[in-house]
Amino acid sequence: MAVMEATQGVTPERPVQRWDWLRLVARDKKALVGMIVLAILTLAAIFAPILTPYDPNAQDFAMIGAPSWAHPLGTDDLGRDLLSRLIHGGRISLFVGTSTVLMALLVGIVLGVSAGYYGGWLDTIIMRYIDLQWAFPNFIIAVYLVAVFGTGLSNVIIAISLAFIDDFARIARGMVLTIKEEQYIAAARTLGASDNRIMWRHILPNATAPIIVQATVSVSYAILAEAGLSFLGLGVQSSTPTWGLILADSRSFISRAWWLGVFPGLFIMVTVLSINFLGDALRDLFDVRETKDLGAH
Amino acid sequence: MSGFIFKRTLWAVVVMWAVATLVFFMLRIVPGDPIAAMLFDVGDPEAADELRRKFGLDQPVYIQYAKWFGRLLVGDLGNSIYGSRIAVSRVIQEALPRTLSLTALSFLIALVIAVPAGLISALKRHSALDHVVTIIAFLGLSMPDFWIAILLIITFAAGLHWLPAIGYVPLSEGLWPWFSHLILPSIAIGTPFAAIMARMIRSSMLEVLRTEYMQVARSKGLFKLRLVMVHAFPNALIPVVTVMGIALALLLAGTIVVENVFAIKGLGRVLIQGILDRDYPMVQGAILVVSFIFVFANLLVDVLYTVIDPRIRYD
Repeated sequence: MAVMEATQGVTPERPVQRWDWLRLVARDKKALVGMIVLAILTLAAIFAPILTPYDPNAQDFAMIGAPSWAHPLGTDDLGRDLLSRLIHGGRISLFVGTSTVLMALLVGIVLGVSAGYYGGWLDTIIMRYIDLQWAFPNFIIAVYLVAVFGTGLSNVIIAISLAFIDDFARIARGMVLTIKEEQYIAAARTLGASDNRIMWRHILPNATAPIIVQATVSVSYAILAEAGLSFLGLGVQSSTPTWGLILADSRSFISRAWWLGVFPGLFIMVTVLSINFLGDALRDLFDVRETKDLGAH
Repeated sequence: MSGFIFKRTLWAVVVMWAVATLVFFMLRIVPGDPIAAMLFDVGDPEAADELRRKFGLDQPVYIQYAKWFGRLLVGDLGNSIYGSRIAVSRVIQEALPRTLSLTALSFLIALVIAVPAGLISALKRHSALDHVVTIIAFLGLSMPDFWIAILLIITFAAGLHWLPAIGYVPLSEGLWPWFSHLILPSIAIGTPFAAIMARMIRSSMLEVLRTEYMQVARSKGLFKLRLVMVHAFPNALIPVVTVMGIALALLLAGTIVVENVFAIKGLGRVLIQGILDRDYPMVQGAILVVSFIFVFANLLVDVLYTVIDPRIRYD
């Protein structure tokens, strides 16, 4: 136990300011590259139906084909254009990646802040559970939960969201424990601020920096988790193109069609790498040392 | 210290009990009676009732739990309800050595890559070599292990025909056949792990190199290799060991996915196949064994940590 606690040293942070993202881009090239790539990927995902040269499910007589002028990344066994399918697949990856982290963040913060603020038996109950979950990698928890809930997009979103709660609860609690002792909190209390007001208006805004860093890193792990679940056949079902599923299907043609095995993974890697760049730069900017960097593969 | 080990072991037992209980009840409280769904996809309520009785599913949940837990304590994980009705414990017994071989070899490969990479990039900080290591580490962290697996198969199995693409051969049939089937999956699992380890060793080495005792050692004019290997490196390993529990867990998580790429029937393959077949005793058994390994590994690391660094005191 003591060891697990020891890795959670949290330093008090300054609140996040409005122009921080500009400073970020100005001082760190990695962040700039990451942001540009992510912007392109996001726009491509949003405008996928307009942007893609082919319908992702339209079949071509040509059947399986290597990259060519007509199909820059080749076609799959049913003659479907791989580039179009990968751009559409980005919609699922980015949507699942962000929505799950948002939900995990909301629940995790509520749990962590209440545990840290009220202490006592509430803290004990919440943190015993969080410690239990902490002992297992997020991806494995997501697999367990899919085993319980069943496969499919909404179940995958629920499973990944629940699996990531512990990371946020721990950080939020750690921050609250530090900030709680600050003079301005005592001042707010003397002035008659309610518990809720102190928690959400005074403590939380000062705890945002490490939470933002963790959220960024978590999005990359959530994307990897979704791809992994899809790849294992536990995710979104086969009519929708997702990066993981396209990779899984590529295995049947591994000796004939290398492009099916290479490009989907490249999309995943570029996305995750950009987010990691951004996360790393944010960590430097806010000087946050402790986040769960070993999250979920 | 024995007090700590006792307490820590007790906590591990509590965690295992909690996990077993959670797994048991979660598979039963989900709306829509998943057991019924798993068992009886096709109509015929009478046959369904008979099957329910046979599996003890007609009894109250707490009795089912007590019986299930009692059997669990003697290592009886029930029988598969899919196909052959084979005992879950037998399937897991066959799967375990595969998963453990894979995890151990991945760990070894990762260390062989990460230790020199981390040391070099700490000692030659801000050099071109350091940047290369950093970039490769970033890439390694961002590549999904199952994609690395596919790239390896495309290159070394489908392309060059050097190594087999799938399957597992036990060690008893020879070292090379065993090794040749495990090397590609181990690299796939070990790569993200190696990336993390290299980064950790680098930052931990940099911290140690800044300490006073290192400056003293340096000012005494000690030979550089001796300086690094005898004085710096062992101390740099202490923080690395702290996160070893999480890191090993990560390795095992990687194993669970990658086994499915290489069709190695280890714990991961058993677990995923069980989920796909909706074979809940199999899923339950696999989850429990995987969880047990996690809990045990964490326990081991915590105990090891107190042995390595006597400064660490608990409570």
